[in-house]
Amino acid sequence: MTRPPVRPPRKNPILRTRLPTLPPAARSRVALGLTAAAARGRFELQVCRDCGTVQYPPREACRACLSPRLDWRVQDGNGELVAETTLRHSHELFFRERMPWRLGLIKLDSGPLVVAHLHGDCGSPPARVRVRAHLDRAGQAALLALPDKDTPHMADDRELRELTCDPKFRKVLVTDAKTPLGQALVEGLAGAGADLVWAGAAEPWKKPPGFERVKALPQVAIVPLDLTDSRAVKELAGEIGGRVDILINNADHHRNFGIAARDGVETARAEMDINYFGLLRLAQEFAPAMRARGADGPSSAVAWVNVLSVFALSNFPPHGTYSASKAAALSLSQCLRAELAPAGVRVINVFPGPIDDEWNQTLPPPKIAPARLAADIVTALRGGAEDVFPGDVAQDWLERWRDNPKALERELAAMPKQ
Amino acid sequence: MTRSRAAYDDVVVAVPVTVPYVRYSIRGAHWFLAAALAALIKRAGLGKDQIDGLCVSSFTLAPDTAVGLTQHLGLTLRWLDHIPMGGACGIVALRRAARAVQSGDAEMVACIAGDTNHTHSFRLNLATFSQFARDAVYPYGAGGANASFAFLTAYYMRVYGATREDFGKLCVAQRANALQFPHALMKKPLTLDAYLNARLIADPLRLYDCVMPCAGAEAFLVLRRAAAEELGLPYARILATIERHNAFPDDPVQYRGGWALDRDELYAQAGVGPKDIDVLAAYDDYPVITLMQLEDLGFCDKGGGPDFVRRESFTAAGSFPLNTSGGQLSVGQAGAAGGFLGLVEIIRQVTRKPLGAAVDNARLGLASGFGMINYDRGLCSGAAILAADQ
Ligand SMILES: [Zn+2]
Repeated sequence: MTRPPVRPPRKNPILRTRLPTLPPAARSRVALGLTAAAARGRFELQVCRDCGTVQYPPREACRACLSPRLDWRVQDGNGELVAETTLRHSHELFFRERMPWRLGLIKLDSGPLVVAHLHGDCGSPPARVRVRAHLDRAGQAALLALPDKDTPHMADDRELRELTCDPKFRKVLVTDAKTPLGQALVEGLAGAGADLVWAGAAEPWKKPPGFERVKALPQVAIVPLDLTDSRAVKELAGEIGGRVDILINNADHHRNFGIAARDGVETARAEMDINYFGLLRLAQEFAPAMRARGADGPSSAVAWVNVLSVFALSNFPPHGTYSASKAAALSLSQCLRAELAPAGVRVINVFPGPIDDEWNQTLPPPKIAPARLAADIVTALRGGAEDVFPGDVAQDWLERWRDNPKALERELAAMPKQ
Repeated sequence: MTRSRAAYDDVVVAVPVTVPYVRYSIRGAHWFLAAALAALIKRAGLGKDQIDGLCVSSFTLAPDTAVGLTQHLGLTLRWLDHIPMGGACGIVALRRAARAVQSGDAEMVACIAGDTNHTHSFRLNLATFSQFARDAVYPYGAGGANASFAFLTAYYMRVYGATREDFGKLCVAQRANALQFPHALMKKPLTLDAYLNARLIADPLRLYDCVMPCAGAEAFLVLRRAAAEELGLPYARILATIERHNAFPDDPVQYRGGWALDRDELYAQAGVGPKDIDVLAAYDDYPVITLMQLEDLGFCDKGGGPDFVRRESFTAAGSFPLNTSGGQLSVGQAGAAGGFLGLVEIIRQVTRKPLGAAVDNARLGLASGFGMINYDRGLCSGAAILAADQ
């Protein structure tokens, strides 16, 4: 059984920080289908539309009937571990630094045979296991076999932890801790075992309800942070930037109007100043240190979370300028993702539907509750995905968008003004 | 009714060549292949222009193929083949070349296989070995065939009761053979104790279960019997051959190879049975695959490998002479030349010209090949039975 981990010792500041290494990232284009699904937290394999054969590794044609009509379909991942090994030697630095490393050969109930990372709690072959797809530190899909049934401290498995960004024993910055979502995030992270949560506060004099309780948590330190102020961002980065393992940017400026409803650009500029330039300021000041700490021991820098909006995918006219600012942030986050990739730091984009807060007051339900959204973000950190669509509305938009983006655009244009 | 395959008539194989192996080399693959060809024509007493057919196997020849090699080595040929089949390339080269000579498409086919080994080339080859390896094995830290053979060794041990001692007995015997073979890279005796306690590589595989990658080359010449006699070359007759690719694709773990499908045909074409074989060269990149060949080639039943190993002895002077040059496990694995090593040794034994230990009265030899861990298993298998001249 996985033993509960002990808190890693404090880092010796004299020792050189290890440079990040990554698992091999090269894949054929067809294999990126596995990565595309894993990015959304799903394990999908190619299924032949003509004969139903499920196959792995990914191919250009069906291995049974040669049809090129292959669909990626969600798999339950259930199967039998038929053989295992423990690598003591690897030609790749990433694994050399992490030896020994357990691997399994699993016969999936759906047919294919897969090589997968093997969780320490999986029994010796023959044993039932569940195979999952996670993004690895290189940002590519990797398969992982978990024991048939959950075990205590399962999330603390060494190989699993290399595929997740678990907040346990890590230091986290939440950029806006005063909103209901921010408070729920700080509490959720403290509950998940984070060592320290820096709670960003833009306007120290504001005392929203519930904030005193958050402030009193032993893991929490309030830090001044106004994303519209370049100098303030730089100062905070100078103070804590070298220790942030996970950064969650939930700062958000949201006004609901389109183009015709208002004169001038002041409100839109204010949205951009937080939602887009705020992210840019943060990235410029905090990303370099995180990039340098991608391999900094068992509690290295691991994740950057952007709370975007499902409106980033396709403009929602009643919230038109807000949608535009989130689309801009989405584009910028892809740039950040590329720049953090060499360090193995994962950029997780969260695309909630309307949050149940004051700025969506006039939107009809369903709306996602801040506490639920915060819980989904903590779950995402413990999982292996990089694009997260919490709540029913976000899932619905995503499916429509994936199915036909033009149809979604028309549907959103036709929605009644609130 | 299946049509019976044509015999190889008076096509023979001669001039076994080994270019001495080195652990690392700064030379390119072309250097080793050139050295093999030079030794071959010198020993055959031929001019380069008398070679009209060439069959090439190499992993490190890129960006060249056999075509580039013709210009590189100044050869004008009327028959050319390139066989990228790793451990099965020797058997397959023999099959292709024999039919070319038999049909008259070529008269003298030089079959050469070799590779260089730079300090980094092994790693680079692993990373680009196959699409499936790149997509579904290499990202897991598994270097080349080690993890795949660890899986199938563990499976074979669990299902058929093989022990580490069984594998060790084979490795120790092969090392004893290698001590008499001048080109073996391993020059010290191996004890069972040292085998059992060697450094772990990928459980249950330890150091002496794995071949040492190196640089080197092997070659042989396929020609008509009359031509061989005219040149005064000792030769072996080709009684039968088989090859198979991607056999038993639905076995969950590889516990048998293509030989199991084709061995009846092999022995029927040769007109002999397993008991008639005097010396066996089994493909031995890991000892478990030798046990599988003992079973699949009919020397014992499926699952009988461990008992067979416990019962027999495997040095050149033993009850069952096996890998008498030392095999890849003790000679080294010079890339594609590993697919030739066993066949070249069988030619030497049945022509009574071994470089190392001789098998008494070796009349019939069987060479077996196995290659290409494309994903989770070896895809190519083959075998050939060679006979001494009457
Ligand atoms: Zn099909």
